[in-house]
Amino acid sequence: MSTSLLLLIIVVIGFIAFFAGRARSFAQSGGKLANLHSLPGYHGSYVVIWATLPAVLVLAAWLIASPFYIDSAVRSALPDSVQSQGAATVQLALGQVKSVALGLDRLSAADIAAIENGSANLRETLAAKGVALAGEGEHYMVAAAQQFNSMRLYSRWLMSAVVLIVSVAGGFYAIRNIAIRFRARNQVERVILASLIVASSIAILTTIGIIGSMLSEAGRFFSMVSPTEFFFGTVWDPRFAAAGNEGASGQFGLLPLLGGTIYIAFVAMLFAVPIGLFAAIYMAEYASPRLRSTAKPLLEVLAGIPTIVYGFFALVTVGPFLRDISTQLNGLITGNYQNFIQAQSVVTAGIVMGIMLIPFVSSLSDDIITQVPRALRDGSLGLGATRSETVKKVILPAALPGIVGALLLTASRAVGETMIVVLAAGVAARMQLNPFEPMTTVTVKIVHQLTGDLEFTSPQTLVAFALGITLFVITLCLNIYALYIVRKYREQYE
Amino acid sequence: MTEIASPTVKVSTRPAESRRDIGIKRRYAAERRFRFYGIIAIVIGLFFLAVLLWSVVSKGYTAFLQTTITLPIEFSEKVIDPKNERATDPKQLMSANYPLLVREALVKQLGLDPKERPLVKQATDMVSASARTQLRDIVVADPSVIGKTIPVTLLAEANIDSAFKGQIDLKVDESKRKVKDQQVAWMNQLADAGALKKSFNTGIFTFGASSRPEAAGVGVALIGSLYMMLIVLVLSLPIGVAASIYLEEFAPKNRLTDLIEVNINNLAAVPSIVYGLLGLAVFINFAGLPRSAALIGGLVLTLMTLPTIIIATRAALKAVPPSIRAAALGLGASKMQTIFHHVLPLAMPGILTGTIIGLAHALGETAPLLLIGMVAFVVDYPGSPLEPSTALPVQIYMWANEAERAFVERTSGAIIILLIFLVFMNLGAILLRRRFERRW
Repeated sequence: MSTSLLLLIIVVIGFIAFFAGRARSFAQSGGKLANLHSLPGYHGSYVVIWATLPAVLVLAAWLIASPFYIDSAVRSALPDSVQSQGAATVQLALGQVKSVALGLDRLSAADIAAIENGSANLRETLAAKGVALAGEGEHYMVAAAQQFNSMRLYSRWLMSAVVLIVSVAGGFYAIRNIAIRFRARNQVERVILASLIVASSIAILTTIGIIGSMLSEAGRFFSMVSPTEFFFGTVWDPRFAAAGNEGASGQFGLLPLLGGTIYIAFVAMLFAVPIGLFAAIYMAEYASPRLRSTAKPLLEVLAGIPTIVYGFFALVTVGPFLRDISTQLNGLITGNYQNFIQAQSVVTAGIVMGIMLIPFVSSLSDDIITQVPRALRDGSLGLGATRSETVKKVILPAALPGIVGALLLTASRAVGETMIVVLAAGVAARMQLNPFEPMTTVTVKIVHQLTGDLEFTSPQTLVAFALGITLFVITLCLNIYALYIVRKYREQYE
Repeated sequence: MTEIASPTVKVSTRPAESRRDIGIKRRYAAERRFRFYGIIAIVIGLFFLAVLLWSVVSKGYTAFLQTTITLPIEFSEKVIDPKNERATDPKQLMSANYPLLVREALVKQLGLDPKERPLVKQATDMVSASARTQLRDIVVADPSVIGKTIPVTLLAEANIDSAFKGQIDLKVDESKRKVKDQQVAWMNQLADAGALKKSFNTGIFTFGASSRPEAAGVGVALIGSLYMMLIVLVLSLPIGVAASIYLEEFAPKNRLTDLIEVNINNLAAVPSIVYGLLGLAVFINFAGLPRSAALIGGLVLTLMTLPTIIIATRAALKAVPPSIRAAALGLGASKMQTIFHHVLPLAMPGILTGTIIGLAHALGETAPLLLIGMVAFVVDYPGSPLEPSTALPVQIYMWANEAERAFVERTSGAIIILLIFLVFMNLGAILLRRRFERRW
């Protein structure tokens, strides 16, 4: 019986259980619902929970545990000649046994007999049925595969039987419990509360997953490349992960990537902060409600545009534009028509990223500026200060911590931005200060090391996780500090 | 006090003219300048928005038109099935020389001499190489067409398409462009005859990946994105709402819930590429799910969207006034009943608005999908979320890396499609908010 069919049967049992539970509580009440502690619907739901939840849990546990059990049983049944050759060989043999087992399902009895008495070649017979075998295939494998298949079949039937029994038994147990004074609602609500708790723990699990997975993969990387070489290396040259030269690897210096990341983020902030801040001040202090209600959503459209669109914009519009204009400028000044801005460069990526960041700066700062209490504003204006003086001398100092927090949040976004830099910043990992030359970032290299065929054993692939955890830690520090500032500031005026 | 008072005394002893000059003019000028900077900043922001949209639309709107050539194709038996084996060997129809049919039709249409090979080659180059599969599909679907002559609408080759749309500068020396003068002449000849024309490009919505721009479309990517959005919706809405209900209504104020709170705010600001690394390590490497599958993309995007939905839901729950809760509790409802029967329905518009915005964000996300292998050349529609597929933004990324000019047009076209989806989703969110939002 397949898993989906089993699930379907459980659902059907659940439906029946609901109506059975409801009917039972009706019958118990003797026609007067007021006699019941809980409404009949709760009794029905109570029976449903007992009929489905334990069964589904058993099913899940079985599905997770049984492959391990079968694998170990088959592994221990392999001949001693294989067992003695170490874990890797056993693993390989196990893989072959599994593909043989897959193939055996498609063979006729005659074929199997022919293989067993040696008159037919295992590999060729299987290949004819569309199952490719990695090796030549040993004789013992047929027996092991048969054992594997029969154990799987047995496990499946046993699982179906156990799950169905658990389901039906749970249902009957629950129905028997139903009585007039039975507190079904409290039981059901307890289960709902438990599921709410499980749902909110997913957020924690995600963080644990991020940190755990990255640490373990990065740990494997650091067992091949020393951390000092990674964190303080100035040359990024990972080479290709070619078969045969495992371990013989290039250089993994983080500094050129980190330099590029920070440089591009800096240019982007240089571009976005004045524009965003002035826009926010104007919106909060000067703009008429009408202008505010049109300009603010329009600016926020910029935040809703996917970053890949910005990347494309940088690649086909901004990059070539900057290149051509630099050619013209150079020609006008020196007479030498040679572009000094590359199409892919720090400025290209920085400017486009800056455009993307304008709405972040402006709406975050706008929120914070409007939170400054009216009394401060009125006091300053009442003393005869102009509006701009009020902004500069009273509001901005009062809002400064919050604005700094907002800028840090924006900076963390700039550091973690991927698609714009992948398309517009270039791939050359070098340390230099000319903003008109291409540089590369941490995120670009994560994408580059992980697209294409992967092998989770080479440092060329694993370095992406070391880069990822570096990025995660940087943005985490920025975020926590920024959220802390913003929160503290908010409390100040509440 | 006296120190502060003394300058005032000094000022009052000054002559009358200078007393009046307290820098009002200068200060008002500064005020005007300051206002001006603000206006400039907003104008710059809006200017860039306009440039961005204009650059995409002006490059991309032509992608929705496609030049086609309608030719009377003679499905000659001699070419398709010379030995009359199709009844016994169906493969015959798959491997027949279909381009020859196109060549013969073109030669006839343009009145060429079949022996002039270079000229004939130039003519056949005007028709997309996808004509082969197109004709094959016609014949395989209905073998009775063999022997008949049927007008078939074929795609024009990408460069002819560009030339016909006027995107290729024909004044440039012939050797430096991909469309030859002779082809332009034929193009005009066919256009005059009504065989070659521009029509609405349905292909961009239905085709899969292709190395030929004219036969490339976002159909497969749209299906992949649709699968992922469904998975994100089905998983993140219930989980997100459940988590927010617990955190907002039940959770005791202690260290642990504080930690969860900080944690969720942080997850909302974690770079999206980190989620890609998580998906790669956990779902593919550890759990052994297939690479490039929409399922994994959906799971990764779910994890990414959850914090957004949780934050929006909590805000919506918080906005429901306590009087509602008190009234329900006062009438004897349990806490659970109060929340599920009264608070949650009232918060629903806000929750759905947040969900739509989260989904729109997930729809445009590219970086994590690159890491879990969705950068795949997928030609066929994925039948289930477990099959290799790609997504709309990833398709844009792949096309953006293509060198051919016709792909720039396609990329912009795909971006327009993506933006239209996003506009509709956001409009939906705004309408929902306008229609159902209550001010208490």
